[in-house]
Amino acid sequence: MSAPIKLRPDETFILNVGPQHPATHGVLRVKMEMDGEYIVNAETVIGYIHRMHEKMGELKTYSQFLMNLSRMDYLGALGYSHGHVLLIEKAAGIEVPERAEYIRAITVELNRIASHLFWFGAFVMDLGGFSPLMYALQDREYILDMLEAITGSRLTYSYYRFGGLYNDVDDDFIAAARRFIPRMRTSMKKYHKLVTGNIIFRKRLEGIAPLTPEICRKYGASSAVARGSGINFDVRKNEPYSVYPEFDFDVPVFHECDSLARYNVRMAEIEQSLRIIEQGLDKLPGGPIMPEKKLKAIKVPPGDYYQAVETARGSFGVRLVSDGGKTPYRLKLRSPTYSNMHLFDESCRGMLIMDALAFMGSLDLVIPEIDR
Amino acid sequence: MIFEKTKQALQGLFPQSEKTPVTALPPAQEDAAESKKTPKKEEPRPDGVVERDYKVHGYHLDAQVSPAQLLEAVSLLDKAEFFIESITGVDWIKEDQMEVIYDFNRYDFDLCRVVIRTRVPRSNPVVPTITDIYAGANWHERETHDFFGIKFDGHPHLIPLLLPEDADYHPLCKDFKV
Repeated sequence: MSAPIKLRPDETFILNVGPQHPATHGVLRVKMEMDGEYIVNAETVIGYIHRMHEKMGELKTYSQFLMNLSRMDYLGALGYSHGHVLLIEKAAGIEVPERAEYIRAITVELNRIASHLFWFGAFVMDLGGFSPLMYALQDREYILDMLEAITGSRLTYSYYRFGGLYNDVDDDFIAAARRFIPRMRTSMKKYHKLVTGNIIFRKRLEGIAPLTPEICRKYGASSAVARGSGINFDVRKNEPYSVYPEFDFDVPVFHECDSLARYNVRMAEIEQSLRIIEQGLDKLPGGPIMPEKKLKAIKVPPGDYYQAVETARGSFGVRLVSDGGKTPYRLKLRSPTYSNMHLFDESCRGMLIMDALAFMGSLDLVIPEIDR
Repeated sequence: MIFEKTKQALQGLFPQSEKTPVTALPPAQEDAAESKKTPKKEEPRPDGVVERDYKVHGYHLDAQVSPAQLLEAVSLLDKAEFFIESITGVDWIKEDQMEVIYDFNRYDFDLCRVVIRTRVPRSNPVVPTITDIYAGANWHERETHDFFGIKFDGHPHLIPLLLPEDADYHPLCKDFKV
């Protein structure tokens, strides 16, 4: 928590955390210079599963690249596809039926809850509590089943198409989603009782790894990392897109700036996502899910376009530079965890290693999403 | 509010070019329709500030600066409390130029997205680093160096980040064959 009285630069040693370390949740390596239990310096090494999605984006046509987006973030794939289809629709001037947008919002929020649940379980497991993971995975399973029924896959969903959706939702999905909402609310009470109030859990997080709003701004942090530091920033509210202006929901913001605040933000977000799903199901209009006129090969007028969306991990941005051809001239994917992870090096100096690992967990890392 | 202030501040970087028209461009769709009729070679864009239609392009201000003006432009945004969203490059091989694009956004509800872009010759792509202003630019610049070979002068640690440590190629260059 507090920096050691005197760091001894002459007696430090190097500790490699990762690339195959359970606490990093993926192939991430942090080279730490240690003075006993204290971190003097840290250097994050990434790129172990870099796949060069951006080059693939230039080589494939717009439709061929669709499925790549769901391979970026394996826990919250739908949010990433959403950003991509919104950008192309905006740039190419494709109209989307209202029903499709509502279903997109509902499924993105379901996916966000699934992602937060997995993070919750893994995060508590990092801190030594194993059973919450089992409960969280059970609740997540309901969502995966629901999404599997309509999208055909359990993890790397490629459900959205330019102009709409691949498949309409049926009554079973709507009924399952309605059943899920009260069940999830009961579970949340259980989680708060089991974990949030736990004294060991709180002592590991309270006051640990304070991130000032200034650090967040300099590094471009978003999601719970920014909102746990008192920054009221959520792309769904700041730059409303899709049908989000139609929904009544709040953006949870905590001002303590510590790891517990980041935990609290995500837990509170699950309830807000439930509210969006509830309203989405109530308001779900009928009608088609794809434009009536069948789309031919997509072509985007020359220019430079940008679209940001709020995924489970923060502000995800897609930049498209088009020269009017069949493939993008340049497609940049701005990954939120990339910026969130970057501030780790600077912030963990002087921290105990066990606090640093708790801090890393509170950042909600998904490594394929950093490496792209 | 912020939009007007930032626009004026950025325009202040171009004192000589007061005659440069700062007008909102027509939406891209019309652009395309026009260019289909008259396929003429596009003039290179002069440095300056252009307003963009947020609904079409997704950002409000688009400033093209020279590499020498870059630090000043970024400092302006830093003072106005913008946060850095990303840095990337584009390889304009036909024009023999590399473009570096900086994205900035705000945390408050005074929505104003700013894009700063600068162009350097392809044979010697060097731009000054902005890591002294935004520490978070560090990885973004390393990534851009990986992908395009653009050098960021003064960067504290310009080694491969996403590519293997012995990589001697830059995959997003248009002359790189897969």
